[in-house]
Amino acid sequence: MMAAIQITDTYYLVLSAALFSIGAVGVLVRRNVLVMFMSVELMLNAVNLTFVAFAKTLNDTSGQVIVFFTLVVAAAEVAVGLAIIVAIFRRRRGMTADDMRVLQG
Amino acid sequence: MNPVIDYHALAPEIVLSVTIILCLLVDLFIPDRPRLVPQLASLGVLAAIIPVLTLAVSGTDVSMFGGAFVVDNYALAFDGLFLVVAYITLLVSFDEIADGDYYGGEYYVLLLTSVLGMVMMASSRDLVSIFIALETISIPTFVLAGWRKHDTKSNEAAIKYFLIGVLSSAVMLYGMSLIFGFANGTKLSVISEYSAGSPPALFAVAIFLTIVGFAFKVSAVPFHFWAPDTYEGAPLPVTAFLSVASKAAGFVALLTIIRFGFFNSSDSWQPLIWVLAAASMTFGNLAALRQTNIVRMLAYSSIAQGGFILVPLAVAGDVSGPSAWEAVLVYLMIYAAMNLGAFAVVMAVSRRTHSTEISSFAGLGRVDSVNAVMLSLFMFSLAGIPPLAGWFAKFVIFRAVFDAGTTAAVVLGVIAALNAVVAFFYYSNVVRRMWFDEAPEVVSSPRPASVALTLAIGITVVVVVVVGVYPEVFARLGQLAFASG
Repeated sequence: MMAAIQITDTYYLVLSAALFSIGAVGVLVRRNVLVMFMSVELMLNAVNLTFVAFAKTLNDTSGQVIVFFTLVVAAAEVAVGLAIIVAIFRRRRGMTADDMRVLQG
Repeated sequence: MNPVIDYHALAPEIVLSVTIILCLLVDLFIPDRPRLVPQLASLGVLAAIIPVLTLAVSGTDVSMFGGAFVVDNYALAFDGLFLVVAYITLLVSFDEIADGDYYGGEYYVLLLTSVLGMVMMASSRDLVSIFIALETISIPTFVLAGWRKHDTKSNEAAIKYFLIGVLSSAVMLYGMSLIFGFANGTKLSVISEYSAGSPPALFAVAIFLTIVGFAFKVSAVPFHFWAPDTYEGAPLPVTAFLSVASKAAGFVALLTIIRFGFFNSSDSWQPLIWVLAAASMTFGNLAALRQTNIVRMLAYSSIAQGGFILVPLAVAGDVSGPSAWEAVLVYLMIYAAMNLGAFAVVMAVSRRTHSTEISSFAGLGRVDSVNAVMLSLFMFSLAGIPPLAGWFAKFVIFRAVFDAGTTAAVVLGVIAALNAVVAFFYYSNVVRRMWFDEAPEVVSSPRPASVALTLAIGITVVVVVVVGVYPEVFARLGQLAFASG
């Protein structure tokens, strides 16, 4: 019989670090603006996971309260970000970060 | 237990919030009065300065919400700076917004919301309230950068600024979440106690991530690449606001978090800020040298100026007195005046020439000598030539470097001095073009600058000249702000 794996708080922290890294790589590698934005959202969720994991370890609910603030801010960012993306889509079909090169130098 | 709320101490925030709501309602229900919203907005900002002054006179420090929100001289000094900058930004906005064929009311609401975040930022002493204040500042500015929504450049400015803005928030928040885990709290006082012990090596990573997040906000090299594009594409008043107010707010956040939180683990943040400062000054100046558009030049110049503001922070751990903190405040106040002034003149001139290329400023001395004199004053002040305010800004920086006196500080001081020389070339190039080159062809349909824009140029030029001649004015303010700390 296999010994049951004890899920400690370290697992959550490693998972959130992995999620954060995947998100960061996504922002740097992907060129579609929507996908880049989704990668940032993944990073924010990694942050939430870290806060909750620490809140459990430290037995301090303020970590969970902070997650609500992060969620609210993320929601506001989504509203503004999608509005900007829609404004751009109306002017041109399809959009990647490489198209955004009117301004450079 | 109910939290104790001191309404007098919260009055600047309350006045601003009420103004924002009133502006929205007036804009909605009284559509045939386009001048009413701007007037209401500027009155609201001026009204918010009154409680800042009465609080400064009363002189008692107020701490609310378990120490997460503190109103002391430090906070009030920055509140005053932000509100005055907001007023001048409103003055330079009137023409531009009234001319554009976009709805004007929302512009003022968004601008004031961002200012509300700044006023909150100065009082925040908790990672969460700093984060919320920073987002309250940033999110409206994403929209403002894309204000001309049918203009490809403005769209591009907004999306670049937005993506970098949310990315930096995520990085900063991850750092904050690790700090929360290590220090078992988000209050800066708790973090300060924790860092006074012997924190593990991973704590330095948390500090690194948090400061990198702020480095994006203050557009420090190598996290600056969004700034020139966003500054060029955004409407000019928004660019002025971003390069002065929004940047200053980023520095205030950095200053607060280092002074009250990370100070004791100076081994972790001093080298990082040192590198950011040296890189920002050098790359900012070198890039500014080859710009042909004055807004882009000012963007790179503001990156370089940001590098100068980071210098006292990079040596702060080795300075015993408050001279490093004072240097940041004094530099920010002077920088705000001269940079806003420069943008105001650029706006006034571009109303006539419809161009922000440096070549369009050629021969301005003969065509429009008043604006040419003003722009020359601002350029020389930015270059740090006495007796204009810019020299005193440079002086407080070097004083902080000498107070620190370590090898790293002296090396950074030498880099700063070399950069001050490089900066002189591109600032004086604009002046040379204005006074010694022939004016280009006459352009059609000039739009005269309004009284408000002229007033903004007047206020900033008075500050630049008076503070240059009597630097005691700002030096005293700096001492008062950090007297108790």
